[in-house]
Amino acid sequence: MTRLTARDLLREALTGILQRPGRSALTAVGTVLGVATFVAVLGLTATAGSQIDRRFTALSATEVLAEDAAADAELAGRPFPVDAERRARAIDGVEQAGIYWSAGQRRVSCVPEPPAGDVDEHTVTAISPSAIWAMHPTLATGRIYDSFHDSRGEPVAVLGAAVAERLGVTRVDGAPAVFVDGVPLTVIGVIDDLERHADLLLSVLVPPGTAEAVWGPPASGEPTRMIVQTRLGAAQVVAGQLAVALRPDDVDRIRVAGPPDPRTLRAGVAADLDALFLLLALICLGVGAVGIANTTFVAVLERVPEIGLRRCLGARGRHMAAQFLTESALLGTLGGLLGTCLGAGSVLAVALARDWTAVLEPWAMLPAPLLGTLTGVVAGLYPALRASRIEPIQALRR
Amino acid sequence: MTAPAVAFSGVARVYPGPPPVTALRATDLTVPAGEYVAVVGPSGSGKSTMLNLVGLLDKPSAGRYLLDGIDVAALTERQRGAVRGRKIGFVFQAFQLLPYRSAVENVALAMLYTSVSAGERTERAVAALRDVGLGHRLDALPTTMSGGEQQRVAVARALVNRPTLVLCDEPTGNLDTATADSVLDLLAELHGGGMTIVVVTHNDQVAERAQRVITIRDGRVEEPCADVVPQ
Repeated sequence: MTRLTARDLLREALTGILQRPGRSALTAVGTVLGVATFVAVLGLTATAGSQIDRRFTALSATEVLAEDAAADAELAGRPFPVDAERRARAIDGVEQAGIYWSAGQRRVSCVPEPPAGDVDEHTVTAISPSAIWAMHPTLATGRIYDSFHDSRGEPVAVLGAAVAERLGVTRVDGAPAVFVDGVPLTVIGVIDDLERHADLLLSVLVPPGTAEAVWGPPASGEPTRMIVQTRLGAAQVVAGQLAVALRPDDVDRIRVAGPPDPRTLRAGVAADLDALFLLLALICLGVGAVGIANTTFVAVLERVPEIGLRRCLGARGRHMAAQFLTESALLGTLGGLLGTCLGAGSVLAVALARDWTAVLEPWAMLPAPLLGTLTGVVAGLYPALRASRIEPIQALRR
Repeated sequence: MTAPAVAFSGVARVYPGPPPVTALRATDLTVPAGEYVAVVGPSGSGKSTMLNLVGLLDKPSAGRYLLDGIDVAALTERQRGAVRGRKIGFVFQAFQLLPYRSAVENVALAMLYTSVSAGERTERAVAALRDVGLGHRLDALPTTMSGGEQQRVAVARALVNRPTLVLCDEPTGNLDTATADSVLDLLAELHGGGMTIVVVTHNDQVAERAQRVITIRDGRVEEPCADVVPQ
């Protein structure tokens, strides 16, 4: 009985590859490119994905907005109960909560009876003090009104920086007044900046109690909103509980919008990229497999005398199949290794060039050379089958 | 008395048609161990068929073939391969050396499919090469060797498994006369050492070195008297 040890088989296959290094290298190029694309795609997706993650700042990840979902707010009644802020704060993880709504565009002036045509219209926003704090204000001067002003309906206002500049209000120590549609309000503070909802810098901010006393409840089409600031990581949970906490009697009345779940967003982005480029990588691998199959097949035809000779020397058909299959598997593995290096290198290069953090997932990197092996084995199947069927008699044909 | 190296009784080979071609008619032939036999005949006479049958490269359509006392018809394909590798050493016209392997590696290849360890393979290959007078060319590649040297490597490869029979197919077909003589001297030397040798050739110069000449014509073996008359 003849046999061929694994060691001898490996040595024969390796010699077969190394005796024509140029051809072997060219054969492996397809696999190199395929595996390199595969690794680069996975690496770049992971790297880009982690960059997308970075866009989720602590601020946006800790904000939950609730909004009146009713079609007609006047008909449906108040969306938020009187103690809405207390209810929201009762939820574990909530740090600040406050309601606000737009009280419309109104004529704002520094004098009681401004000359016609010389009056700016500004948005007036009814906003509770805790809502302002939830937006992380930076004060230019003065202070922000508190719940006392709110509950008493005190005629006070806080100006956004842009409005204050238009009106020429730079200091509040003299208790300047602004007239909103002729209603005098004392300016007690000017906000220089808001980290959230910076568009409110274009508004005159008044306590909800004051706004309601002067202009009535929110007009239809101006939904009441609530801004909730949560602890880091609690936003998803808070968003799930907020509607129930605010309106246990009518949960659907409140529409809650939490921050997008970073994991799902990342997965979505990754999936888009993956699907497209993995297809490309598969095509490359396919081309690589065809390359190996072609060269191995040509090698089998070229080496018919050698195969015949080996059969004369006692080799069985399966020994020949094993030899050629091992050769193509080795070629595939070498291509896979080289491709993995190239792919990882290009991910690193891109990451360095873009100042990104390169992310190379072990689950993608470690099996990548095996992908080359698999390609080689698949590509070698048919040539190996052909080699096993060559009869020893063919060595004598010249 | 040992069994004859080759014993044909009624061995025939018919290639199935249509129409069926009889390449070798029913033949009785015995090659005793230690004999040097030449098989001659014109092209298409059935020489190659005879060679293939003797070398276990082909199966007879009829008859019984005992190789060294073993009935090869009873063997499975795997066993035939093993017997072929152990009992028969082949020498081909075109040498059939692997071009990228050194002389030692080429000779050691004959033992690749046997259970000889890698170290012993090399040792035995070196010894076989010394036996054929190539001790100075151990690491040479076939491409750097002369035809005569290459054929000597092939002979060493045929010998290294200590076969029952060395089967040569036109061993000097690719060699000039002087080189051919040196290879034939080598075969004669092997025969002197007790090796059974069967040479298939259409070259009378080769045939006349043998003890016995078997002529094949139209698939029929015509065995003349032992004294060969050159044409």
